[in-house]
Amino acid sequence: MDDVVSIGAVEKIRKHFPILQQEVNGKPLIYFDNAATSQKPLSVIESITEYYQEYNSNIHRGVHHLANIATGKFESTRQKVADFLGTDDLGEIIFTSGTTDSINLVAQAWGRLNIHSGDEILVSELEHHSNIVPWQILAQEKNAIIKVIPVTDKGEWDLSNLEELLSERTKIVAVNHVSNALGTINPIEIIINRSRQVGAKILIDGAQSVVHFEVNVKSIDCDFYCFSAHKLYGPTGVGVLYGKREVLESMAPYRGGGEMIKTVSFKGTTYNELPHKFEAGTPNIEGIIAFGSAIDFATSLDKDWVQFHEKQLLDTATTFLQEIEGMKIYGTSAQKVSVVSFLVDGIHPYDLGTLLDQQGIAVRTGHHCTQPLMERFKIPGTVRASFAIYNSIEEVNIFADALRKSVKMLR
Amino acid sequence: METIEDRQKEIIQEFGMFDDWMQKYEYIIELGKDLPVIEQEFKTEDHLIKGCQSKVWLHADFGADGMVRFTADSDAIITKGLVSLVIRVLDGMNGQDIAQSDLHFVNDIGLTSHLSPTRSNGLASMIKQMKIYGMLAANQQPQP
Repeated sequence: MDDVVSIGAVEKIRKHFPILQQEVNGKPLIYFDNAATSQKPLSVIESITEYYQEYNSNIHRGVHHLANIATGKFESTRQKVADFLGTDDLGEIIFTSGTTDSINLVAQAWGRLNIHSGDEILVSELEHHSNIVPWQILAQEKNAIIKVIPVTDKGEWDLSNLEELLSERTKIVAVNHVSNALGTINPIEIIINRSRQVGAKILIDGAQSVVHFEVNVKSIDCDFYCFSAHKLYGPTGVGVLYGKREVLESMAPYRGGGEMIKTVSFKGTTYNELPHKFEAGTPNIEGIIAFGSAIDFATSLDKDWVQFHEKQLLDTATTFLQEIEGMKIYGTSAQKVSVVSFLVDGIHPYDLGTLLDQQGIAVRTGHHCTQPLMERFKIPGTVRASFAIYNSIEEVNIFADALRKSVKMLR
Repeated sequence: METIEDRQKEIIQEFGMFDDWMQKYEYIIELGKDLPVIEQEFKTEDHLIKGCQSKVWLHADFGADGMVRFTADSDAIITKGLVSLVIRVLDGMNGQDIAQSDLHFVNDIGLTSHLSPTRSNGLASMIKQMKIYGMLAANQQPQP
């Protein structure tokens, strides 16, 4: 695929994203904070208003017309998510409020039953706080131990001591598929394979992966896979927990309330079937329906083109960054998504972020909710630019000029 | 004698000369580079201002006449520039005046609306701490 085709494709895609047509501080907005949240195509935005204007109604229990439409659309998103992740079983798709909520659900509903004193939970140094703290809460309650896969200077897992980290005492391995702070794509197949040998369950935090490449939970063979809608062109407040049926069946409910019960009496309550057992209360109906539109949008994209274009954005940015004096890129694995995290010698990331913002460029600065990782590199944080399909090479070039100018001002 | 109000007017006038925020930041950065650095012994945990994404250390010395001298530092240069603006207004002033001051220049030069919420909170925390020092200095003075 050549550059001309790519430029045409980006222009076409950008038309779907109204937010990108604005100016910030007198400059055209350049949005490079996609790892924090993606922008939303018009189809997603319209589904939300359409829901409230045309068929707002509570789902599942109603017999009336509006409730039937809402329920149908809501459940069709579940079908889309199941197709998206490669499972035929709709009971394996649980809607949550986001990746964080999904991980907490597993840590509580699975963890409380299966983690006992002295048991081990294996995470990695690359994890987001949301894949550390829920396990710490559980470990504290159960007197369990958290073990950590260290990270190399390149920002990859150091699996040389995996034998010592993974044993029959390991009850669950909870790791991310892609690092949010560095962009490293982790070799989850190795860890899944080894975890199976010791009988540990596996949770994969896929918050940063599903927007970049296809994921098939059946071929990965994990027990849990979590992601958020808002990083995949969808609305905030919606997430997915995929769980293997037999594992989900063995778990007790996480929250009590409406929807998750079969019968309720003061003598005893019986619980609903999967997936409803884990979906207490009225869910984020419009969000989940709009999420269906987001998946439609994501699956309509040419996968090869997405890979090609994102790699081109990353390579262009990496090349110009390396030419800046005092530049250090954190995360230099050959296996990366379109995320680049960096620091310039003697310059605080916050200062760079502020001056880039003045020039219309949105990046993220700080520890990216990965304080243990920042500690490992002995830095307070980084500047992170994360690219999406609607970003252009031209934007990366403007970013290069703006960054050079900022560095000059701050030196 | 120059008052807090005089100093604020000076700053408002200076910032009025710039056409855009890039120029204002350039000036703030220059101010940051010129900020007299705090003594190393005061760059400790208990001199840190809470609520900043970047680190800010603030130290106050009380003179016998109720006057307060401030020194500060930050690991971020723009923050340092902002700190230096506030110090320029309050440094060497009477504790009572510092405690009662209304630092409207922050708003007048457009900083309040322009800063990110974290930076804005950090600046507010620093001003609050300086006023506390002002109050402490005032209370140390014998009552008339």
